[in-house]
Amino acid sequence: MADAIEVRDIVKKFGDFTAVDHISFTVKAGEIVGLLGPNGAGKSTLIRMMVTLLPPTSGTVLVNGFDVVRQSDDVRRSIGVIPQSMTSDLELSVEENLLIFAKLYGVPRDKRTRLIKELLEAVELTQWADKPVKNLSGGMRRRVEIARGLVHEPRIFFLDEPTTGLDPVSRTAVWTMLQRIKSQRDLTVLITTHYMDEADKLCDRIAIVDHGKLVALDTPRALKASIPGREADTVTLDDVFVHYAGHDLRDALQAPSAADSPFVMRR
Amino acid sequence: MHRTWAIVERELRRFRRSPMLIVMSMIFPLLQLVVLGYAFGGNVKHLRLAIVDQDHGVPAVKIRELAGAVSAGARTLDLLEYSDPGEALTDLRNGLINGVLEIPPDFSRRTLTDQQPRVALISDNTDNFVSATLAATVSSLVGAFNTPVTVQRVTPVASLDVVEVYPYVPYIQYLLPGSITMSIFMMVMIGGGIIFIDDKARGLHEGYLVTPITKLELVAGFNISGTIKAVLAGAVITVIGSVIAGVPNPLDPMRLLRMLLVISLTSFALISLMFLLMVRVTDPLLPRATFGVLNTVLYFPSGAVYPQAGFPNWMQAIAVVDPFTYAVHAFKNLLLKNTGFEAISYDLLFLLLFSTVAMTAATALFKRTL
Repeated sequence: MADAIEVRDIVKKFGDFTAVDHISFTVKAGEIVGLLGPNGAGKSTLIRMMVTLLPPTSGTVLVNGFDVVRQSDDVRRSIGVIPQSMTSDLELSVEENLLIFAKLYGVPRDKRTRLIKELLEAVELTQWADKPVKNLSGGMRRRVEIARGLVHEPRIFFLDEPTTGLDPVSRTAVWTMLQRIKSQRDLTVLITTHYMDEADKLCDRIAIVDHGKLVALDTPRALKASIPGREADTVTLDDVFVHYAGHDLRDALQAPSAADSPFVMRR
Repeated sequence: MHRTWAIVERELRRFRRSPMLIVMSMIFPLLQLVVLGYAFGGNVKHLRLAIVDQDHGVPAVKIRELAGAVSAGARTLDLLEYSDPGEALTDLRNGLINGVLEIPPDFSRRTLTDQQPRVALISDNTDNFVSATLAATVSSLVGAFNTPVTVQRVTPVASLDVVEVYPYVPYIQYLLPGSITMSIFMMVMIGGGIIFIDDKARGLHEGYLVTPITKLELVAGFNISGTIKAVLAGAVITVIGSVIAGVPNPLDPMRLLRMLLVISLTSFALISLMFLLMVRVTDPLLPRATFGVLNTVLYFPSGAVYPQAGFPNWMQAIAVVDPFTYAVHAFKNLLLKNTGFEAISYDLLFLLLFSTVAMTAATALFKRTL
């Protein structure tokens, strides 16, 4: 399989602070790769460089064979992106949101209607097509954004914490939908999430980022097997996470309010 | 009570951490004090008065000398010599000059033969402050002519006929051009600037930035949509305001067409200016805080409420680069004088150039990345 994404020794600095520190990895075409890490680990910065939103300080990223700095428009045409914040226009209807983005991506007029109809069916929002997005629940809004990100038939789909803030039912619905769409469209997916159980079930490989460095990258099974002194069957991805990014957990437990901690385990 | 103090503490802590809000809340009243203080009631100076001397006799020369003295001394007048009264009247109607002092061919003969010599002041009365100053100045000038410093054989008794070119212009009509410009500006700020920054703060722009749209396409998109919204506001205020202010024949189709062009260019100029100011801003508070300041700095120096000829030099310098100035001037010409394109061509050219420069600068400054 060809590499859909190739990250070579990428660095991102904000002043003296190094947010991403010499990370390299590849994602094969058709893979779902989960990017895990504590808050502030550099996941969003990394994904933002891959989708051309942030220029790298050094290093190279090739997406679909295009350089994110020198061929940014080619990269943009070939990827779909769901940013971390909800970015749909609340005042516009579901269909209008998709239509505007189809136009922004230059989808030909004759294809637009068909694509939007197919996507609305795929995200099960057909009956909500003419409703303003502000009337939808958080989970439904995320589904609008997933459909919006696919409106130009990209080959790679980047999702930055798409299920954060959603209730468990909506979260499951989003993941199920992503899996189905991925299998139907032969997509490569790179996703960041805090939900270990979901990443465990759905990702082909998982990358763990901590303090801007890539500390682990492998299949969920191999990552579990890498934990010393434990049977692989008894290890969860939470254990893997704590093992590789555990010092942050300790820091979090010493923080003034554990309730605010981003490292609370969700099971 | 401690809960109340908790609220007070929270609000004051937040206030302390919003330096822009603090600065703006201090700057705004000071700015208003200075701008409004100098915007009203200043001595109107440098009024452009055309002298058409059809007589050339000694008494006519005396009148011109007296006018020259006013020009050199109090600087109320800037004199321009015209030989053709028709040309002077055309320039008056096109707003190039403020008034025409016509000395008729028989002025000297009538003066020397004591036959009620007369001079005529034809003034552009669409600005009452200007026409009143002009009438008073020329009247005192004629008074001085009638009061010779030495005993003469014949004491002149020249009289002044003041001719107003247009019907009486009430102050509400005088204010209307400024109000139309203000309606455009408000739509630009609310429908353009505030929404732009709010969308940016909500992360909506990330959605745009991951598409293959170029900087120019994005800025042009924002500018054109903002212009359309502002044109709607300006057009509605033009029609309703004209009816309320009693502008004669408010629905004249040719004038409305010219107005639409000026409204469109004004909208484009102001939205371009707004994007230039906001292109790097991320704090949603900033456009709200600068709204009042911009309003004061742009509106009052424009001549919307008082003639620019009464402003101090620093305010006239602001007026030169203020797009409001050209919009108000064009609207005044169209609404109060019903002129054609010739009288507003310079305004249109300035607004077009201003828009182009501001939009180009905004595009250059626009960050394609976060």
